[in-house]
Amino acid sequence: MTGGTVLLLAQLALAFAPLSLVAIGGAIAVLPEIQRQVVDLRGWVAADAFMDLFALAQAAPGPNMMVVSLIGWQVAGLAGLLVATLAMVGPPALLALGLGRLRARFASLAWVRVTQAGLIPIALGLNLASGVVLAQAAHHGATTLVLTLGTTLFVWLTRRNPLWTLAAGAAAGMALL
Amino acid sequence: MTNAAPDRHRPDLPARPSPTRLAFFLAYLQIGLSGFGGANAWMRRVIVEERGWLSEQEYAEYLGLAQILPGPNALNCAVMIGDRFHGTAGAALALLGILGGPLVPLVGIAGLYAQYGSEPLVAAALKGLAAAAAGMTIGTALKMGTRLRPGLALSAVGVCAFVGIGLLRLPMLGVVLALAPLGILAAWLAPQRGGAAP
Repeated sequence: MTGGTVLLLAQLALAFAPLSLVAIGGAIAVLPEIQRQVVDLRGWVAADAFMDLFALAQAAPGPNMMVVSLIGWQVAGLAGLLVATLAMVGPPALLALGLGRLRARFASLAWVRVTQAGLIPIALGLNLASGVVLAQAAHHGATTLVLTLGTTLFVWLTRRNPLWTLAAGAAAGMALL
Repeated sequence: MTNAAPDRHRPDLPARPSPTRLAFFLAYLQIGLSGFGGANAWMRRVIVEERGWLSEQEYAEYLGLAQILPGPNALNCAVMIGDRFHGTAGAALALLGILGGPLVPLVGIAGLYAQYGSEPLVAAALKGLAAAAAGMTIGTALKMGTRLRPGLALSAVGVCAFVGIGLLRLPMLGVVLALAPLGILAAWLAPQRGGAAP
């Protein structure tokens, strides 16, 4: 590994590790800042390529934060992918481990259980909001609206595997869009 | 620290099957590989609905905690659920499965996309897929809401969170900080705390 590669990997880690700790609400929350660092500041990726990578991470399987993995891949190949992913995932994972253990230790305390119960509706509201924001971004006329509503009802009211509706969505897109 | 299931902190909950490390890793591999449009909906589907390792209420508690931490909710959830079943190794296995699984197809798709992404047929399929994936996220939130049956006050807090973020597009941190005390108050006043739907 050359000195230049090591420097690049260090820059990747330094770009993403601090961001991971302010990404309340997930990678989407810091997307503008990621874009500023990666496109404007470092010039690692062109602006339109950045949007393509993000769309790809959303369309492909896996958490949407994996846009960061793709950026690492573009910048420094496999090593870049691993460093960028670890920098984005590692710090919050350690926090989650700590909080999970605190919760387990104090789960029998009434106020801990009340706090947990009080956070649940907020989580559901935020997830619902994410879905609506994604639906608006995905909206391209009546076909996409029917696909979104159909999948909503399918997942809400049945226990069948949603992969079917996702496959149907891709097929309907090819046929109608 | 290891947490055996049934959760010794929650003797009120019925005993559930406890996964082996391999079964747990494979479940998270499945979540990662099928997680189109975000992993939360798939995690709930696999862990709660298919495997029955967590109740709706337990999973929702992890989701609620995960959102107040930085980083992707789904990964925070994966870490906490992994730690619950198999300690630090479980947390690492969950992350390895949910991230490592999709890495290979993701890089492959990225290569293909660079070549074929501008093909109209591929773009149309991705549009249809994105619309359906959005529906999956919406449907999962509605399903959890109807199965957990929160009381009126808790429901109102959830609706406020949805309106603030989804419709008014207010900053997420502010909305969560403002609503958390109200949610906790509502949970405190609720007659039957944490009552999960059967």
